[in-house]
Amino acid sequence: MSDHAQGAHSLHHLHQFESAEQQYESATLGMWAFIVQEILFFGGLFCAYTVYRNTYIEAFTAGSHHLDIFWGTLNTVVLIASSLTMAMAVRSAQTNSGPGRIIGWLIATIILGCTFLGVKAIEYTGKWHHHLIPNSTFQWNDPAFPTVTLGPAKIFYSFYFVMTGMHALHMIIGVGIMLWMIAKVRRNEISAQYFTPIEISGLYWHFVDIVWIFLFPLLYLIGRHH
Amino acid sequence: MSDAVKANGEPKNYLNDTYGIKSWLLTLDHKRIGIMYLITLTAFFLVGGVFAAFIRLELMTPKGDLFEAETYNKMFTMHGVVMIFFFLIPSIPAVLGNFLIPLQIGARDVAFPKLNLASYYLYALGGMFAIAAILMGGIDTGWTFYTPYSSSYSNSFVSLALVGVFINGFSSILTGVNFMVTIHKMRAPGLTWFRLPLFIWGHYATSLIQVLGTPVVAITLLLVVFERVFNIGIFDPTYGGDPVLFQHMFWFYSHPAVYIMILPGFAVISDVIACFSRKRIFGYSFVAFSSLAIAVLGFLVWGHHMFVSGQSTYASMVFSFITFFVAVPSAVKIFNWSFTLHKGSIKLDSPMLYVMGFIGLFTIGGLTGLFLSTLGTDVHLHDTYFVVAHFHYVMVGGMVMAFLCGLHFWWPKMTGRMYPEGPAKLGVMFVFAGFNLTFLPQFILGYMGMPRRYHAYPEEWQALNIMSTAGATVLGLGFGLTIAYFIWSLFKGEKAPANPFQAKGLEWDIPSPPIAHNFEAIPIVTWEAYPYGPEEAASQSTETATEPAKEDEVV
Amino acid sequence: MSEHHVVPLKIYFLIFFALMIGTVLTVGAAFVDMGFMNTPVALIIALVKASLVIMFFMHVKYSHKLVGLFAVSGFFWLCIMLALTMQDYYTRGWGEAPPVEFLKEGAFF
Ligand SMILES: [Cu+2]
Repeated sequence: MSDHAQGAHSLHHLHQFESAEQQYESATLGMWAFIVQEILFFGGLFCAYTVYRNTYIEAFTAGSHHLDIFWGTLNTVVLIASSLTMAMAVRSAQTNSGPGRIIGWLIATIILGCTFLGVKAIEYTGKWHHHLIPNSTFQWNDPAFPTVTLGPAKIFYSFYFVMTGMHALHMIIGVGIMLWMIAKVRRNEISAQYFTPIEISGLYWHFVDIVWIFLFPLLYLIGRHH
Repeated sequence: MSDAVKANGEPKNYLNDTYGIKSWLLTLDHKRIGIMYLITLTAFFLVGGVFAAFIRLELMTPKGDLFEAETYNKMFTMHGVVMIFFFLIPSIPAVLGNFLIPLQIGARDVAFPKLNLASYYLYALGGMFAIAAILMGGIDTGWTFYTPYSSSYSNSFVSLALVGVFINGFSSILTGVNFMVTIHKMRAPGLTWFRLPLFIWGHYATSLIQVLGTPVVAITLLLVVFERVFNIGIFDPTYGGDPVLFQHMFWFYSHPAVYIMILPGFAVISDVIACFSRKRIFGYSFVAFSSLAIAVLGFLVWGHHMFVSGQSTYASMVFSFITFFVAVPSAVKIFNWSFTLHKGSIKLDSPMLYVMGFIGLFTIGGLTGLFLSTLGTDVHLHDTYFVVAHFHYVMVGGMVMAFLCGLHFWWPKMTGRMYPEGPAKLGVMFVFAGFNLTFLPQFILGYMGMPRRYHAYPEEWQALNIMSTAGATVLGLGFGLTIAYFIWSLFKGEKAPANPFQAKGLEWDIPSPPIAHNFEAIPIVTWEAYPYGPEEAASQSTETATEPAKEDEVV
Repeated sequence: MSEHHVVPLKIYFLIFFALMIGTVLTVGAAFVDMGFMNTPVALIIALVKASLVIMFFMHVKYSHKLVGLFAVSGFFWLCIMLALTMQDYYTRGWGEAPPVEFLKEGAFF
């Protein structure tokens, strides 16, 4: 009789699966199901954002004018580039390009991810100096928008910080996952026959990129033609 | 086959395969994880039950003489939080789902066993936070955590409890992800979707809701925590925030969560009713698709909790209208079960008695829900004991009855021991009678206008309240008796055969309790679900069939 | 596992290029006043960019249909939440007080 506990099968599939293919499909589908819940997790924020954006148009425009388009655009470019390097990392695993290549692309992804986080830190510090952190220290006074009161302006910044903060948290987790993947590659656990971990880490990373693709226009680019 | 038997001649199974506390706490075996959930859940059930007892004790007299109003607020809040988030939502999926899904689809485990164990620990950790909040002084917001009270005013340990519910939410999400993938990808060869037991369909629909709904409540509760800790203003009217938005986001999950709490119950009932009527389920595909229909429709009706909240009249009408449609798939199930009974050879073993109780009580719970979803009547009945009675008929009369039904039915498979039939029958009677005595009077009280969540009431309502408290005592005795004989049966119960109820399904073809890896060889399925009836046994057999039905179409 | 589709390098760089164009477009569009179309245009560009990432970087174009179904269902459920929540806010005060401010201004429409 076949004893599944003792790995009578190929190296890389766990006892509960009958084949490596089944394991690969399960893992990607599982990651996608997880991404679906992520969509709705951020979706709750987008829903609340939509309600207030419609209620306080002026305040959201005013708040948006205090965000720096330069940093926002730079971060968009950085993040899209990191998605490309991530895709390349998966591809080099798929095509058996050797551990050096895979690790190279993963490190590039990490560097871009950290650049993004660094820019975010610069922006957050700026908001700190301008008393735009939405806690009890929040102050609001913008002569360009005399009708905008403190409350709605604060709500805009609450969304800015919660949304970008949650996003940044996902980035940090993503960087952690990439480091773990590098360790896996170094232990020779990744090959063209078995690249599932890198593939699903990539799915996660790209999803975080997608969140930013929506956050950028919704937070930075409101009513700039004024 | 020497390795299938232990040194003392006892056959190996998942319980005696390995020993020691570590072999349980670090197990990846879905069956053991199911048992761990069962033990933890029961503990939470008892905690929630104690709070319920305090509530009924207070309400025996019209004056608020046992607790201060504030203490009473904490009592019903903690009863709700513990029972809903830490008992009802995990109950059937985490225990029976975990134990049975791989067995019923002919798999060796769920798709992600480590994730499964992680889900358990998230549940336990979330529970620790909730218990900590209770021990430090409790929470008084009501289980719904409505803003702005929860976000700006309550001085109780709301953040702690919210973090607990948040963590527990991820346990639920990850369980949903795991089950969905398991059901899609791990089915045995030949086991197509329409050959699956309805238990699996019900759990698939539940998983859908867990994955699609839970993240929304998670972020919503997190926003309330931020509100309390950083004072961010999103739900705070002093900054222009809208507390009603919280209700939208909360009920986007929490109405579908009602189906997380009842769809697995439907799932159990379908399997048990077929077995004890010795008939195939009438209209299999209708019952299967009605689960999915409930899961989807459930996301379109949440506003019926908000008729008196300041929601627009137009929106209330839309939500009220859509809510009536949920009654359709629910009724489809009730009718199909009734037709399954028709001309069946019904055996009234205790699981079947629970089924009978379930059908009656759930129907009452469901139909009274229609009163509440009607815009006009809800304005009268909103926040009265009518609502309390309604959802207890669904949650206790529905889900808890179904949970007990399933536990009895699969107890021999899970533990290898039979429960004692006599005490079990007595237990059903106690639970059924006690339950009705507790909650029927509450419909009347609510109709007369007794509001929920008050610790005192006018004297003319005392008689009905005493009936309710007396009923709760009987109900408590019923639960106590059930827990007692279940524990007794572990030591003194008769050894269970592989298939004590002559039921059909892959889990009954393997020994009780199953071996650690479930199947000696993965079965090949060539028959439809529930091959009961006169032609019984002709189509299905215990030995593995020879030819696969079709190319294994794994979708 | 060898039959998994390896996406040609050319496609990856093409997608990257398209995403960059999209970024430029969305920033540029923000400075042009298109009236009520401002937000829809920004969202459409974002949707196109997101679809490109999903289809190519996340390999949905080359995967089992089920994966695509999962992806779509996530966004579909988000739309359910938005639609049913906003139908409340857009109809607040119908037949009661005069319409609230944002209905006249119109951020989205
Ligand atoms: Cu509801």
